[in-house]
Amino acid sequence: MLQHVVRSTVIDAPIDRVWAVLRDFNSHDRWHDVVAESRIEGDERSDQVGCVRSFALKDGNRIREQLLTLSDREYKSTYCIVEATVALQRYVATVTLKPVTDGDRTFWHWESTFATPPGQERELREMVARDVYEAGFENLRRYLRDGGDRRSASGAPLPTALPMASRQAVVRHYGSPDVLQPGDGEAAAPAAGEVRIRQRAIGVNYLDVYLRKGWIPAMLPLPGVPGMEAAGTVIDVGAGVSGVLPGDRVAYLGPRPGAYCSVRTVPAAWVVRLPAAVEDDVAAATLLKGITADYLLRDLGRVGPGTRLLVHAAAGGVGLLVSSWARRLGATVIGTVSSEAKARVARDHGCEFPIVAPDHRFAETVQSRFGGADVVIDGIGDAAREENFTALARRGHWISLGQASGALQPLSADRLVEKSITFSRPVVFDYTASPADLVARAGRVWQALADGTLKAPPIERHALGAADEAHRRLESRRTIGALVLIA
Amino acid sequence: MIRVYTSSVVDASADTVWSRIRDFNGLPQWHPGIADSRIENGEASDRVGCIRHFHTRDGGMIRERLLALSDYDYSCVYEILESPMGVENYVATLKLTPVTDGARCFAEWSAEFDCAESRERELVETIGQGVFQGGFDALKRHFGRR
Repeated sequence: MLQHVVRSTVIDAPIDRVWAVLRDFNSHDRWHDVVAESRIEGDERSDQVGCVRSFALKDGNRIREQLLTLSDREYKSTYCIVEATVALQRYVATVTLKPVTDGDRTFWHWESTFATPPGQERELREMVARDVYEAGFENLRRYLRDGGDRRSASGAPLPTALPMASRQAVVRHYGSPDVLQPGDGEAAAPAAGEVRIRQRAIGVNYLDVYLRKGWIPAMLPLPGVPGMEAAGTVIDVGAGVSGVLPGDRVAYLGPRPGAYCSVRTVPAAWVVRLPAAVEDDVAAATLLKGITADYLLRDLGRVGPGTRLLVHAAAGGVGLLVSSWARRLGATVIGTVSSEAKARVARDHGCEFPIVAPDHRFAETVQSRFGGADVVIDGIGDAAREENFTALARRGHWISLGQASGALQPLSADRLVEKSITFSRPVVFDYTASPADLVARAGRVWQALADGTLKAPPIERHALGAADEAHRRLESRRTIGALVLIA
Repeated sequence: MIRVYTSSVVDASADTVWSRIRDFNGLPQWHPGIADSRIENGEASDRVGCIRHFHTRDGGMIRERLLALSDYDYSCVYEILESPMGVENYVATLKLTPVTDGARCFAEWSAEFDCAESRERELVETIGQGVFQGGFDALKRHFGRR
C-alpha cells in the first residue's frame, strides 16, 4: 500500500524569495540540516529537468534523486528517488508554493507518496514527515531569517551570481522603427551597489525615439539598447545595497538607456519599491511620465489655482498625467490634441479645454479665449514654435519638453524680451539625481494614483519582441495614453 | 480573460472554516457584504447546479450557480448568471487547504472573467479586495487573529 505524507506551513517571506531557494534542486545542503553535502551529476544545471542530485545525509545515508518537473509559473517542483540506502520505494514528492496575497507571505505545501518494506510504514512515514519536511520548514525559515540566501557560506559567489540571459530590443543602426531588432544579451551579476531585476513591463518614452534616430549618439552608442525605465522583481542584489531585497517588486528610472530587455542590472540608486496596489504595467506607464508631471507642475511651472496651463499632446502619456494633476491643483487646463477621439480622452483626464489642432494652430484660440497661457508644456518642438510665442501670456513660461516634430531652432534672447518670456529645457534625470529626490517624487506619484488625484492613463501594451511596432505606433500620433513593452 | 487571485491564512482548522463557508446559501451568515440569500426553486444548497439568489448590502442582486462542491478538497466552484457588475463568463473558486503545522488553513479565492477593458482595474480591485479579501477579513475576525 502506498504511503502518503502531506505537510504544509506558512513562511514569512515573499514567494519569489522562497522560490529562488527551492527551485534550485541543489540548494538543500545549504539550508536543510539533515543534508551533509549534495552535487548535481554530470554537467547539468540544478534547474534542468531530468538532472540528478546525489547527496549524503548527516546520518550517513546516501540518496540520488531526479528532478521530474520544475514550473516557475506554478512554483512547483516534483522529484523522485532513483536510488537510496534508505528503504523508501517509488518515492515521488512535490513541493508547491502559493502566494499569501494578504500579507506577502508564502504557503508551502510538501507531499509525497512512497512504498516501504512491510512493518516499516509508520517509522518511515514519520521520518519523512518530521525529519525531512517539518525540519525542512524550520531550517528554511532560519536560513531566510539569517539572510543565508543572500550570501554564500564559503565566500564563493552564489550560484545565481552568474550572468543571466536577457532578451533585448537592439538598435544596430540609427533610423526608422525597423532598426529595433530582437537580440540576445546578458545581465551581469550585480556588483556592489547594483540590483538585478527580472523586468515585466518597460515604459516607452519619446526620448527612446530620439535615441533610435541617432539624435543623441553620445547617449546611445551603437549597438545600443534604448529605454529609460521598467518595472519587475528583484532577482539579486550586490554588496552594500539596502532598502531592496530579492523578491521585492520594484521600478526604476535612470539616465543611461538599456531598459528594452527582460533582465537588467542597474544601480540601486535608480530603484524604488512598488506599493502592492501599483501593477507592473501601470508603474512602467507612470514612473517617468508621472515624475515628469510632478517636476513640471511643482518645480518648474509652479502651477496653482488659476494658472492658465497649455499642454501639447494632451492625450499622450505625459499629457494625460499633467492634465489630471494640474486640474486638481486648480489650474485652467488647455490642451492640444490631433483628433476628436483624443479630445474626449483628454477631457476625461482633466483637460477642461481640449483644442483639436492637427496642424498645430492653436495660438489664436488660446489668446482670444484665455488671454494667453502662463505656462506652456511643449512636446511638439519646431512645428509649433511661432504658435507658442503667440499663445504665451506676458511673463509666460515656455517649457520645451520634447521635439516630436523636429529639433527646435535656436531662440534669440530678443524674442523672449517681447513678453518677458522664460524658457526652460528640462530633463527628468536632473530632477531625480539623488535617491532621496527619486523616492520622494515616485512616492508622490503612487500616492496621487492611490487617492485618485492622478488618473492612470490608458495603456497600450506591446511585446518586447515587437518594440519596433510600439515605436511605429508612437510616432504615428495615433496612440492615446502610454505605451508599455511586456517582457 | 482577467484573473483575480486572493489568498489568506485563517487561524482555524480547514474543517472548522469549511463548516462556516460550505453552505452555498450561507453568505449572509459570514460575509459582511451580503444582505440576504435564498436558493431558487427550494432546492438543497449543496445540490450541484442549484442557484443562489442574493442581494449585496448596497442593493445589487446577484444570481450564481453552484458548479462544483468538494468536501474532500474543501472547495466550491460557481458561476455568475446575473449581476450588476458588468462581468461575463465569470467563474470563481473558493478553496481551503490545511496548514499542517498549527490549527490554521490556507484560503484561496480566485475568479476568471471577461469585462470591458476600461473596467479591468476597478473590477480587479472590487472583486479581489472588496469581495474576496473582505470575506477573508471577516473569517479572520471571526476565528480570531493571531
